[in-house]
Amino acid sequence: MKTENQRAWFFVLPVMLLVAFNALVPIMTVVNYSVQETFGNNVFFWQGLDWFEQILRSDRFHAALGRQFMFTFLILIIEVPLGIIIALSMPRKGFWVPVCLVTMALPMLIPWNVVGAMWNIFTLPDIGLLGYLMNHTLGIEYDMTQDPFAAWVTIITMDVWHWTSLVVLLSYAGLVSIPDAYYQAAKIDGASPWKVFRYIQLPKMKTVLTIAILLRFMDSFNIYTEPFVLTGGGPGNSTTLLSIDLVKIALGQFDLGPAAAMSLIYFAITLLVSWLFYTLMTKDDAK
Amino acid sequence: MRKRTLIPIFYILFLMLPIYWLVAMSFKTTQEILGGFSLFPQTFTLENYAVIFTDPTWYWGYINSIIYVSLNTVISVAVALPAAYAFSRYRFLGDKQLFFWLLTNRMAPAAVFALPFFQLYSSVGLFDTHIAVALAHCLFNIPLAVWILEGFMGGVPKELDETAYVDGYSFPRFFAMIFLPTIKAGVGVAAFFCFMFSWVELLLAKTLTAVEAKPIAATMTKTASSAGYELGLLAAAGTLTIIPGAIVIYFVRNYIAKGFALGRV
Repeated sequence: MKTENQRAWFFVLPVMLLVAFNALVPIMTVVNYSVQETFGNNVFFWQGLDWFEQILRSDRFHAALGRQFMFTFLILIIEVPLGIIIALSMPRKGFWVPVCLVTMALPMLIPWNVVGAMWNIFTLPDIGLLGYLMNHTLGIEYDMTQDPFAAWVTIITMDVWHWTSLVVLLSYAGLVSIPDAYYQAAKIDGASPWKVFRYIQLPKMKTVLTIAILLRFMDSFNIYTEPFVLTGGGPGNSTTLLSIDLVKIALGQFDLGPAAAMSLIYFAITLLVSWLFYTLMTKDDAK
Repeated sequence: MRKRTLIPIFYILFLMLPIYWLVAMSFKTTQEILGGFSLFPQTFTLENYAVIFTDPTWYWGYINSIIYVSLNTVISVAVALPAAYAFSRYRFLGDKQLFFWLLTNRMAPAAVFALPFFQLYSSVGLFDTHIAVALAHCLFNIPLAVWILEGFMGGVPKELDETAYVDGYSFPRFFAMIFLPTIKAGVGVAAFFCFMFSWVELLLAKTLTAVEAKPIAATMTKTASSAGYELGLLAAAGTLTIIPGAIVIYFVRNYIAKGFALGRV
């Protein structure tokens, strides 16, 4: 049981101050921009909620948001089951365990723009390994700078390559925490592998899977660097995800007002969906 | 059982292919790369690496990255430790709200913060310093570190604290001598994650630096655009960015699985 102690605030004070410095000042700056219009020279005019209305009604925003949800949805339905399958088939003890863990964690520790550059080199039509194999060995026409479908397949594959290991590592952690006795009991009862998975392994993985899905949702929804380096949002606008569009508006066109309004809407959507995920997935625990 | 082992093997092969291609590319000459397709480097060259190790703009990129990543890891874990202890042991006014608010900062898209961060750190005179990037990365690393450490500390029974106080330990001495060694796996995992997210993040690091503290990843993008198509050099620089990560995972390899299971991560 936790004890009531208001002095605990002193312990959290450094964290509070550091995060507040980094979070509150910038977010207030964004709020500030979102309700004003400027023509440069630090002269601002009150604009009210016009920018919000403009963004919420713009087709461009709807299209980027649609692409963003599509991307996040696709990577989640690929990465989560795939990660569970790989974790289930990994060895539980012995020499190969650290080998698997280290090699699998490796993609996650590569800087994000290097990931983009690496996949760019990998998929170049004539001199990249994948591009060459597709075009010249298999005879499938593949050029992601021309074909939107190829670009989508490439960014999805890249994300699966980059982040499936997170799901694997978390699921694996849940799996190794299951005592052997559970499996022995299941064996005595003559449970099928599916039943073992459904009634023993899956419940034990639930907490870690919740975290994995939440992290994957948040990070894939905010993804910027990798697709930007790989496709630059193209061909056309086909892979322009939300944050790529946001940076285009903010730094490319220097439309600070609309960009700030879009940032806040974007942030609100991320918060809302994360909260929905979280409450849905932890609903049973509360009972 | 045999068929089962094929799945991790295929997965690891899939993970290694693009990395192999990057490494192979880094040992090729520009001529060979643009000349056509070759599975292995035909004229093996170390020239790309030689350029990086002799040109200060290149190797300082690595040093800069390592400095701010280390600073960030130390700051994040150091301030997260007492906070996580407070969350795991005490109830206090607004504790749940505070915890949730911390986590919301992980959800903020970095793209949203890029411009305001630039203005904020310029106005306090920290622009283009290592500490600026280290502090900025605290935004998403501190919440994560608090979350991980709180999970680990929650698994330590409260009796440990009480016994120590009965034995006459003061709080700081108890924390340093008894509590920290008990949760050292948690500290390792938290530090690993802080290192990882600070090392791979580029958007903020690039926004907050110009010359003095420019990260290696930013040096790469600039060189890629200004010097045309030097793929070999780019590949060599990319290969070198993988090494620190590989070293760090090697050190925490035994904690990764155990640590995940112990803590609530």
